[in-house]
Amino acid sequence: MLKYVGKRLIQGLLLLALFLALLYLLLEAQPGDITQQLIANPQLPPEAQTMLRERLGLDQPLLGRTFNYVVNFFQGDLGLSFTQYPNTVGQLILERLPRTITLFLTATLLSYYLGFSLGKIMAWKRGRSFETALTLGGVAGYTVFYPWFAILMLWLFGFALNWFPLGKFIDVQEWTGAAVTANQLFIQLLVTAFIASFAVLAIHIVSRRLSSEDLGGRVRSIGTPLVIVAYVLFWWFNPNRVLVGDLLHHTALPVITLSMVNFAGVMLLTRSSMLETLREDYILTARAKGLSERSIRDDHAARNALLPVVTSLVLALSFVIGGGILTEGIFSWPGLGQMLLNATLLEDLPLATGTLGIIGILALTGHIIADVVYMYLDPRIRTSQ
Amino acid sequence: MADILTAPPVQPGEAPESILQEPLWKIRLRLTRRSIAANWKLFVSHKIGLIGLGVIGVFAVMAISHPILMSTVWDPAVYHPVTGYHAVKVDKLVVDVVNDPTTEVDLTTAQIQSNPFIEVGDTLSIPQQPAPPSLGVRAGIDRNGVEVSASHILGTDPLGRDVLSQLLYSTRAAFFLGMIAAVVTVFIATAIGSISAYFGGWIDTVLMRFADLILLVPLLPVLIVVSALFQISLPLLGLLIGLLGGFGGTAIILKSQALQVSVKPFIDAARIAGGGHAHLIFRHIVPNVLPLSFLYMMFTVTDAIALEATLSFLGLLSIPMSWGIMINVAQSQGYFLSGTDYWWLLIPAGLAVSLLAASFFLVGRAMDEVVNPRLRQR
Repeated sequence: MLKYVGKRLIQGLLLLALFLALLYLLLEAQPGDITQQLIANPQLPPEAQTMLRERLGLDQPLLGRTFNYVVNFFQGDLGLSFTQYPNTVGQLILERLPRTITLFLTATLLSYYLGFSLGKIMAWKRGRSFETALTLGGVAGYTVFYPWFAILMLWLFGFALNWFPLGKFIDVQEWTGAAVTANQLFIQLLVTAFIASFAVLAIHIVSRRLSSEDLGGRVRSIGTPLVIVAYVLFWWFNPNRVLVGDLLHHTALPVITLSMVNFAGVMLLTRSSMLETLREDYILTARAKGLSERSIRDDHAARNALLPVVTSLVLALSFVIGGGILTEGIFSWPGLGQMLLNATLLEDLPLATGTLGIIGILALTGHIIADVVYMYLDPRIRTSQ
Repeated sequence: MADILTAPPVQPGEAPESILQEPLWKIRLRLTRRSIAANWKLFVSHKIGLIGLGVIGVFAVMAISHPILMSTVWDPAVYHPVTGYHAVKVDKLVVDVVNDPTTEVDLTTAQIQSNPFIEVGDTLSIPQQPAPPSLGVRAGIDRNGVEVSASHILGTDPLGRDVLSQLLYSTRAAFFLGMIAAVVTVFIATAIGSISAYFGGWIDTVLMRFADLILLVPLLPVLIVVSALFQISLPLLGLLIGLLGGFGGTAIILKSQALQVSVKPFIDAARIAGGGHAHLIFRHIVPNVLPLSFLYMMFTVTDAIALEATLSFLGLLSIPMSWGIMINVAQSQGYFLSGTDYWWLLIPAGLAVSLLAASFFLVGRAMDEVVNPRLRQR
């Protein structure tokens, strides 16, 4: 298994290098010449122009320039932003990266969890009006014009009902004089969330190893809520409770909107995948054994229906990332996507390409994770070594 | 089969063509017609596909009606989707304290806007844009200030242009884009999938790794950055979506189908009969992959419509008018959160994108059940 993961990582790095090279070639292929902006200042004497050209590495052939770009990217040097001059692209991206990862991660996990749970029930109740209604809702969610949907959500929940703020990351008034910055607090929030989810994971793994099935179930049903309660209590009695609440208040609506749209696709896919597994012989066997409906559905059918859904994660990544960018743009939520949009509109090319490169890395990471999860879930691959 | 080959038993020594009493193309045509009829029956048994087809039909009528209306009923100076202009005049009563802003205006505003000698109780006619939808003909002024009457069933946009005309015009653009993207995607994906499955080996490896690379790249951010670097028109966008789709995910799916076909006995038979590579691929493998290709054509149209609307919503394309641009205008002119008050600016365009995309998706789903026998309900 480790060997497979290592192989995927090396492949991923190669793909990334190729992607970055293509990105640079795209820059070179644009009409006009971006480098002339820097060099061809008529007030510079010709010697200075030559010197500048050499210092920027522009005297090298195309292949050398591409190689330089890729190497610089891997070293974390993404250049300077045109529009926010003294800042490097790397600094700007680092500031916003945690937020975007959070948005993508929570929306993906939420939509997959809900979509899978509902999808399997839909397949189970095929032909009833419940299923028809959900299918229609799913198709509507899957094909709705996303920016429009997000605007309507913002209008309904942010403006008409006034449940959520209209955008941005924090409410500035509440943060004046605060001892921590929004980013510090946000990262603390993330780290504790990770610790909590690892605790839940550990409880699950340990409880499955326990000798008796009954005891394991009890450990799970007590342990998981305990961790969640502990997590909530930790932040409830934290001195920064109000500020954390403000962060969550601003994060909620973008996450909900993005999840709602992604969830529809997962639900439809789970349904059709489930319908295929339900026709297998082992389901008939399970029925003949007299197992309960719930056991057949969850333990026999849904487990096998999960595989194509995980595969779809790879295809859906592009969808999630696109949706995330639009979400950030519409809710003016300062993440990577909003930065990409702004940089594009302002023609800040180093920032735009740098952000796109980082988004490519995010997609690649998601791709590899989905592959590994798939491998872990499919015993035919897991045990084949 | 008996009614296809209505021919006397084969005599030894006779050439096979001569035993057929009618030309080969007629038989082929009849076979095709019969298989279409059978598939149509299957397709019709799914209501969702029919609903989708119906909606597409309505949109097609909308697309055709725009040029006809423009050349007959609609005056281009008023109704042109981009350059038309008509400010509907609304009579408002001048009052001291405004209770109902749709019919009343306060004295100070009236004095500033029209003449300083106006008094309470007078009526003032104010050019209004955006104007709300109404079925009747309304008086107003055109771009040069000349009095013109016109009706705006879906109202006018913040720049005084007819929303219905924009909606109809954009339908044509959406169909045009969807068609280019779908045809390019299917053409490339079918060719790549068949060639990759037929030859295998290093050709397969190169093409499929390339498909992996394209699949990996998130489409929307790439198109956003590309639109910053290049001017993207509608045909170019269709071509781009088609290329990225055709070399990416669709090629992988069609390849797996072509792989199933390429190991069938009739391929071996054709090879032994002396068929070359091109003959085997394009006469034997491609026709068997085509049904699935058509299916993915539908899904490509869905994606293309949504992508175009998204990019033009962001204001990144150089095209005159589209549903995305209509929403972009409403947003950039400050009607972003207007909600129900200015519903005709946001709802028709957004609904049109969603509906057309959904109907192609539904047709695709229904076709899926025709093409994949495994999915049919017991």
